[in-house]
Amino acid sequence: MSETFDAIVIGGGLLGSAIGYGLAKKGLKCVILDEGDIAYRAARGNFGLVWVQSKGIGAPPYADWTMRSANLWGGFAGELRERTGVDVAHEQPGGIEVCLSEQEFEERAAKMATLAGHQGGRFTHEMLDRKQMLDFVPGLGPEVVGGSFTPHDGHANPLRLMRAMQQGLVALGSEIRTDSHALELNAAGGNVRVKTRSGTFEAPRVVLAAGLGNRDLAPMAGLDQPVRPVKGQIIVTERVRRFLNMPTTNVRQTNEGTVLVGASQEEAGFDLRASARVSRTIAARSWRAFPFLGRARVIRTWAALRVMTPDGLPIYDQSETMPGVFAASCHSGVTLAAAHADVYAGYVADGKLGDELVPLSAGRFDV
Amino acid sequence: MFKRIPSESTADAVVFDFEGRSISARAGDTVAAALLAAGETHFRTTPEKDRPRGPFCMMGICFDCLMVIDGEPNRQACQVLAADGMTVRRQIGAAEVGPDDPIPGAET
Amino acid sequence: MNPDLIVIGAGPAGMAAATTAADAGANVLVLDDQAKPGGQIYRAVEAADAKAEAVLGPEYMAGRPLAAALRSSAVTYVPDAAVWQVTDGREVGYSAAGRAHLVRAQQVILATGAQERPFPVPGWQLPGVMMAGAAQTLLKSSGLAAEGAVFAGSGPLLYLVVHQYLQAGVKVAALLDTTAGANRLPALMHLPGALRRWDMLAKGRRWMAAIKASGTEIVTGVSALKVLGEERATGLGYRVGTGPWREIESEHVFLHQGVVPNVNLSFAAGIKHRWDERQLCWHPVTDAWGRTDIDGLAIAGDGAGIGGALAAEAAGRIAALGALAELGRIDAAARDTQARPHRAALEREGRLRPFLDTWFRPADHFRVPVDDTTVVCRCEELTVKDLTDVMEIGLAGPNQLKSYCRAGMGPCQGRFCGLTVQELMAREQGRTPQEVGYYRLRPPVKPVPLSELALLDADDGVNDG
Repeated sequence: MSETFDAIVIGGGLLGSAIGYGLAKKGLKCVILDEGDIAYRAARGNFGLVWVQSKGIGAPPYADWTMRSANLWGGFAGELRERTGVDVAHEQPGGIEVCLSEQEFEERAAKMATLAGHQGGRFTHEMLDRKQMLDFVPGLGPEVVGGSFTPHDGHANPLRLMRAMQQGLVALGSEIRTDSHALELNAAGGNVRVKTRSGTFEAPRVVLAAGLGNRDLAPMAGLDQPVRPVKGQIIVTERVRRFLNMPTTNVRQTNEGTVLVGASQEEAGFDLRASARVSRTIAARSWRAFPFLGRARVIRTWAALRVMTPDGLPIYDQSETMPGVFAASCHSGVTLAAAHADVYAGYVADGKLGDELVPLSAGRFDV
Repeated sequence: MFKRIPSESTADAVVFDFEGRSISARAGDTVAAALLAAGETHFRTTPEKDRPRGPFCMMGICFDCLMVIDGEPNRQACQVLAADGMTVRRQIGAAEVGPDDPIPGAET
Repeated sequence: MNPDLIVIGAGPAGMAAATTAADAGANVLVLDDQAKPGGQIYRAVEAADAKAEAVLGPEYMAGRPLAAALRSSAVTYVPDAAVWQVTDGREVGYSAAGRAHLVRAQQVILATGAQERPFPVPGWQLPGVMMAGAAQTLLKSSGLAAEGAVFAGSGPLLYLVVHQYLQAGVKVAALLDTTAGANRLPALMHLPGALRRWDMLAKGRRWMAAIKASGTEIVTGVSALKVLGEERATGLGYRVGTGPWREIESEHVFLHQGVVPNVNLSFAAGIKHRWDERQLCWHPVTDAWGRTDIDGLAIAGDGAGIGGALAAEAAGRIAALGALAELGRIDAAARDTQARPHRAALEREGRLRPFLDTWFRPADHFRVPVDDTTVVCRCEELTVKDLTDVMEIGLAGPNQLKSYCRAGMGPCQGRFCGLTVQELMAREQGRTPQEVGYYRLRPPVKPVPLSELALLDADDGVNDG
């Protein structure tokens, strides 16, 4: 016996929860199908940046989509707080990428110029020298030569965000089912039927937002989601008195006062072990940038698997062979959460992806 | 009040400063033991709710006895041996690890 | 130069394991987080004099020969070393003297022992409230005792500490016993086995008799506790059965309801654990040699399951023999022969355990508080209500809970909230504790200054894992 809903979202991570929340806000009764307590859960490894300056360099559709989300984020956070009482600690003071050498600085400046070039006046940035940077960021180490600053960047608490979106969609009458790993997709009349470990579900709209699981699920609906795991490790310190108000690419201070330091990139398959040597690399760079941080004590390290596409850009597609099925993958679940909830969910509800997402189809890989 | 069971120990006393008060400890005491012996139980105040905390497990795993010792925050008082001339302060809120402090490792 | 064997912990299991291995010629490194050997049970035993023996008891002195053997053996003994990780590739990460190191060995024996079980009652987070083990530590290490303290809870360690206080001539305001009457009948089923150690039972009775004879107020059948006071403890409130609340005034409250294995290092290493329903805690899965499901990692002592100091010593020797055989220093036959007396000791020490575990099983409502204002996660200051509010979303387990409200994310890494959270979730969701599972623990299991991590000294010809 199937349970029928207005929409099914496969995956309860940042992507699935945002989409489910957006659909619920549009009045659809959804079910989010999630796995168990111990699953890959890229969401739990998210650094928490709402980041514009590093996205879509040379890829205008992605830069546009990112910017759209960043501009929606303030309203999104406010609305979440009103509805659920959860403050996702969103701040948008701007962001900095710190450069520890002249070469890094030049490479960064070139990238910023490219981005500014195709985004025109919509993207503002400044290359700061060391002295200028000290106005925003205290205690910089002697090796810091400067870096890139943009006012569009910010950060939020990814775990609170997850909680808020899930609390929100449940409050709106939608549901989350755990231990419901999706096994099969089939057409069933006008609906799509999803068979899971814990039962069968049907809906006219199904969104595949299962992260790394999308690779195997997508072909069942005639889609291609070529994602692979890229391991990222983060270290976090005990709470310290607030010293950093502006997020930087690799170091940010959370609303609780802990300091997150990241992030590494390793092609290590599905290995989730945190490595002391990788911690050393991450810690060493952050120490060069902020020498005083050396006295903060690291209390936890963890690794998560980014959902990485061949070019790093998200993939959004809609099935032709199994109408009603959408698939989405990205590794910027926090930055894009606002757009996913407030724009993408609308496309799914309407049954058609908007033009802005057409360039982000997996078709771009068939060259 | 904690009282000291008399022992045959002839170890010298150790004297350190706690919030401007001079505390005498027995050699071999941890900072936590010495403060408890001196009648102190409020070692820190929590960062979120401003609540007082003191030593709890005395074996280094509860992290409730965090104090600022010789200027360094987040030290577990039950794991640090009291030493002559030490300065011990309550840790109020989160650890103060800020840019105005001397840069660690600068001498290497 | 890599050691043959790293032993983590210098309590009875660690000391016994290290000396057994070193005496057979293995190159052994011992890492311990305290300044002197002995672990918790034999804390400060090297400095113990006749007066200490009179107060603390003759069993405590059994630690002296172990510590002496450690000192005179060929082990490399590093005290004040905080071990913050063990990998499944047998790499041990530790900090000592301000430097962090990674050392790989062919065999690693974890002997990190036990901790006291969380005892969440309203007000347990106030200054002046400590665990009974803390009282014992202060007595052993510093000769300090709190006059007029209240001791509350259940279990042999609680009665032992009260007895030690009285031996030291220190007045105890009251002993409030929470041992559940409902445990008696199930415990009696284990009595035949327990009677084979009537000597230990008799010892326990002697402690209780001495406590009674001292005139210390003893209250049994305590069904509820709450710490009184706003900024610090001023007393302990209690109920007997469904009776009214009563109060005992005191500035010092010591709580205890049993010990559980300290599993943070073993979980973080990726070792498989199983839930033990009799001891109500997680046990690493080990074989007869203490070996885990990870090659080269073995566990000995209370860290594998509560058995007491003498059982820990025997288990340490057995694990060392197992490691020596893996290292090729002794053959299997010699290993088995030499292990025999220690196996006999293990068996003897284990006879009372089922009875003790059952008789002193902490009541459900003391393991999972009924009063929802009770703090559960001390580090993050979260109450029962904070947690059950989040659980309403419909959570898969404690890791999702952790990620939503930070329970278990503080520096203690769940040592004082993990079991409570797990059992709370089991109760709320109608699942077994085994089904609910535990926090996913990760290194570092002790905090490491970022600068030390940045300068981590590792043999870098070697790959991770």
